[in-house]
Amino acid sequence: MCAISSSRNLSEAYGQAEYVRKTYRNSFSDQIVADIYGNAEQITKHVLTNKGRHRIGFDQIIDNLVTSKWFGYPLMILLLVGVFWITIEGANIPSGLLASVLFAFQDQLTLWFQWLGAPDWVHGVLVLGVYRTLAWVVAVMLPPMAIFFPLFTLLEDSGYLPRIAFNLDHIFKKAKACGKQSLTMCMGFGCNAAGVTSCRIIDSPRERLIAILTNNFVPCNGRFPTLIAITSIFIGGAIASYSGIINALVISGIILLGIAVTLTVSWLLSMTILKGEPSSLVLELPSYRRPKIGAVIYRSVIDRTLFVLRRAIIIAAPAGAVIWILANVYIGELSILSTVAHALNPLGKLIGLDGFILMAFILGLPANEIVLPILIMSYLSTGSLQDFSSLEELRNVLVSNGWTWLTAVNVMLFSLLHWPCATTLLTTYKETGSKKWAFLSFLIPTLIGFSACFILTQVVRLFGLA
Amino acid sequence: MKNAERINSLSDLSLGSACQIVSLELSGLLRRRILDLGIVPGTLIRSIRRGPSGDPTAYLVRGTLIALRSEDASQILVKKLSNGEECV
Repeated sequence: MCAISSSRNLSEAYGQAEYVRKTYRNSFSDQIVADIYGNAEQITKHVLTNKGRHRIGFDQIIDNLVTSKWFGYPLMILLLVGVFWITIEGANIPSGLLASVLFAFQDQLTLWFQWLGAPDWVHGVLVLGVYRTLAWVVAVMLPPMAIFFPLFTLLEDSGYLPRIAFNLDHIFKKAKACGKQSLTMCMGFGCNAAGVTSCRIIDSPRERLIAILTNNFVPCNGRFPTLIAITSIFIGGAIASYSGIINALVISGIILLGIAVTLTVSWLLSMTILKGEPSSLVLELPSYRRPKIGAVIYRSVIDRTLFVLRRAIIIAAPAGAVIWILANVYIGELSILSTVAHALNPLGKLIGLDGFILMAFILGLPANEIVLPILIMSYLSTGSLQDFSSLEELRNVLVSNGWTWLTAVNVMLFSLLHWPCATTLLTTYKETGSKKWAFLSFLIPTLIGFSACFILTQVVRLFGLA
Repeated sequence: MKNAERINSLSDLSLGSACQIVSLELSGLLRRRILDLGIVPGTLIRSIRRGPSGDPTAYLVRGTLIALRSEDASQILVKKLSNGEECV
């Protein structure tokens, strides 16, 4: 009896508590928060003297420019082109230098292996496989990263990035997404896995999922050295003077295309499987600061450049060995590599690529950094060209394997619009907690990539342009 | 005097002018976010600038710039300051 009555009392009390909570609704909690802030205000008045006046004036002047109706967008595009121009121009010479030093050392390694009397296959796996792939990854990846990451960290540290979200929010709102998605896209330039993680800053679960599923449409650091290399060879190289600025414009154009795809896909998702209206935006616009040079160098070199390079090397080394073995083990007339590439060739040709390119993208699933090195390795191991020492000779390798300007454009398109790397997929799975979303984040870009390349190729061929 | 007490929504605040928060008609997560930022009844708030297309507006609250969409700002009620009150 006693137990029953006490439990009835309990439920009565609970009912009363609910009633009180509902009648007072938010006013009670508001009062608590207001009191806390009131107290804090009193304390700060006592202990702080206001020195921030002129800072606010300084912020105002910069904000008037970077968020203005007329200069806001052009300035953003100018910054984008500027960052890539500096990256491309700056990376050009060190890349060539690194390539010649590293490939010269390869010849030295070969001599040592011969002196040791190592069997041919050991030399093949370790020098022609592992070392050559590593040399490629370092020569192609390191210089652009070592320039791009400090520039990006400078922008991040200065407080400019939230202004991008402020400027672009209304466009994202039209796509029924969140303006903060532009910040997660900025992180995606560094690494898509980091970009996916950064989607935590978006409060609404629906908008966060949209940002996660579309982050891959921003080319990450593993992809834009590939984009830069191919642009430099096929587009900038064709117009000798001003090639640097033309390359920067092409890369920026590709990124703008990626942004357009992001917005379109965000909108489509909002209309279909992630139905909903745009929710709220609360965005802090911090004061501009003078970036701390030491912190910028540390964060960009140690945290980012070396971190990404290390990941690329860890994946590239075994990949190099595997590629060499695949290229040198024969089934009948053809090596395994060629057999697979030939099987993929019809599909590749259909979308303006070839079997080797498609295979390089598939083998590049662990990390996009190794797509171009794998491709070159595959071409070299089958073609007549066996050795070359500079980046310029890359053009000859590609052209002798049947590349046209259309192939180059398709490779860039497919690089921008294809499945995310394994790390990004895994991060997506962790962040969403669902295999379904991880699979969709694979499926959506893949379908778009195949369709985009297919349509472009068929249209160009129809008009007989290539 | 009556006129000074008129209650408006924050989204109607003209650029550059300041006012005082009366109440928040928001709910859920957004309400908590706004409270956490110190936008509570009684706080002074000044509208500073609009985005290039005119939508998110940046407000100065307690020395911090915070951007809100007009849909959200319209659910925050404010009153005009009577003359002589301190500026934000």
